[in-house]
Amino acid sequence: MESNWTQPGLFLIYSIIKPVAGAFILVLMSFVALAVGTGSANLGDSALFAYLFIGNAFFIYVANVLFGCFQVIQSDREWYQTIRYVYMAPINYYVYIVGRAASKVLIATIATAVTIAFGVFALRIHLEMPLWQIPVFIVVMLVGLLCVVAIGLCLAGVSFLTAKHVHGLAEGIPGLFYLFCGVIFPLSVLPGWGQSVGRALPITYWLEAVRRLILPQSQLAGITTGLEGTDLAGIIGLLAVSTAFFFLLSILLFRWTEHLARKAGVIDMMTNY
Amino acid sequence: MLGRAYPRVVGGNREPSWIFFETILPLLSIAAYVFIYKAFLTDPSRAATVNALVGYVVIGGTMTAFWLNVLWSMASQLYWEKEVGNLQLYMMAPMSRMALLGGMAVGGMFMTSTRAIVTLVVGVYVFGIVLSVANPLLILAVFFVTLIALYGMGMMFASLYLLYGREAWNLSALMEEPIFLLSGFYFPVGALGRMVALGASIIPATLGLDALRQLMFSIGGAGAQFYIFSPEVELGILLISAVVFLFLAKGSLAYLENLAKKEGRLTTRHQ
Repeated sequence: MESNWTQPGLFLIYSIIKPVAGAFILVLMSFVALAVGTGSANLGDSALFAYLFIGNAFFIYVANVLFGCFQVIQSDREWYQTIRYVYMAPINYYVYIVGRAASKVLIATIATAVTIAFGVFALRIHLEMPLWQIPVFIVVMLVGLLCVVAIGLCLAGVSFLTAKHVHGLAEGIPGLFYLFCGVIFPLSVLPGWGQSVGRALPITYWLEAVRRLILPQSQLAGITTGLEGTDLAGIIGLLAVSTAFFFLLSILLFRWTEHLARKAGVIDMMTNY
Repeated sequence: MLGRAYPRVVGGNREPSWIFFETILPLLSIAAYVFIYKAFLTDPSRAATVNALVGYVVIGGTMTAFWLNVLWSMASQLYWEKEVGNLQLYMMAPMSRMALLGGMAVGGMFMTSTRAIVTLVVGVYVFGIVLSVANPLLILAVFFVTLIALYGMGMMFASLYLLYGREAWNLSALMEEPIFLLSGFYFPVGALGRMVALGASIIPATLGLDALRQLMFSIGGAGAQFYIFSPEVELGILLISAVVFLFLAKGSLAYLENLAKKEGRLTTRHQ
């Protein structure tokens, strides 16, 4: 459904161009900062650049999935006007949205892979992952994506009840994560209260775990991330606990908002927003 | 023109939550990009450089409000009107279609300016930016001519988008990050290389931002090697762009009307 407006090839290009352009903005900003600040603009040698580039590449999942989950209900309700038929069908609507989110995960995977490949081959970002860490990386990715989808389902539940705030929330929530989760700069750069907010968000631990697994330890050692006090197992543990929390929250919130929407009779409301 | 500008000026303020989102959301991305420069330039002796680069981000972040308004409330507007059934009313009304687009542009400029000013003031205050204004009149001239050129471009897109049917939404979405990159919304555009920057100058925001940054952070300051032209030259190019885009908007509207008369399916929805 995501690609029903165009040809598959064009859709693939479209899905890649936006995140890659976003990554290029960071490349250029880093280039300017290094050129103006140090006179050298060799991005490949900068540990900080690798840190932010990888964080931004994996954040493509967060932006895509959260926006996608928000959009499912609104697009079915307002644009395609199919929500009443899908909702009446003998399926679990929560699982239906998980399915729609899965397509976003697939698209984000392609965009993330292209972005990282560009970083490795064109910008000479050095990745390093011993064989024994590959299963750990897979587990971290699965848990992290489950967490992102769970947050997306919480937000999808909210969009049952509102139409005119959906776009603001769909951009605002990922925007908050982008700022407070140490995506494109180490958490330590934020003021103290901002670091506290970041430590309360699971995306922070997901990105930190991913970086520790794929970036050389020698590079990470030179960066004050704000999470040095916690080892990799601790980071993954915090990610798992917060994911479990958000997964339960998504079920409860979704059921509650669905109940409220049914009670108010607004499941298939048309607002033209 | 006034009739179409009215709902944008008055109606745009009827939903307080939108004002919140439209002023605060840009600050989130501005803050994130500001911290990139702060993370790279930690040496206290580089405070002036950091100030200028952070200022560049705030000005660019403020300009995003106008670009998004051009995309979503100008370029996509006639397409939305078609989808909700208003386009035929516009076409039948005894008025100039250019006045309709002009009203949308004037209303959009006013509404977005109120949000953008708040974003700019809060950004300057929160990040403690010290502005070094060289020529206030030239700043105003560059700003307003940039807006006229930008909205002229939006008026042109409004007609063209109708031709692309249901791809309009995706076209606008596609012209966000790539244009933020090409126009140097968060960094001096010359960093892309002079030829790319010159090519990107077809988008009025490119030269507008470059000129505003030079004028608000003293010519020859941080990142001076990345400026394209002097502000005066950029103003001249922007003036030409504004006139060209307004003519192109008129031309594309006339083309669309002719096509509509021939094919008779201008207001057919879901295509």
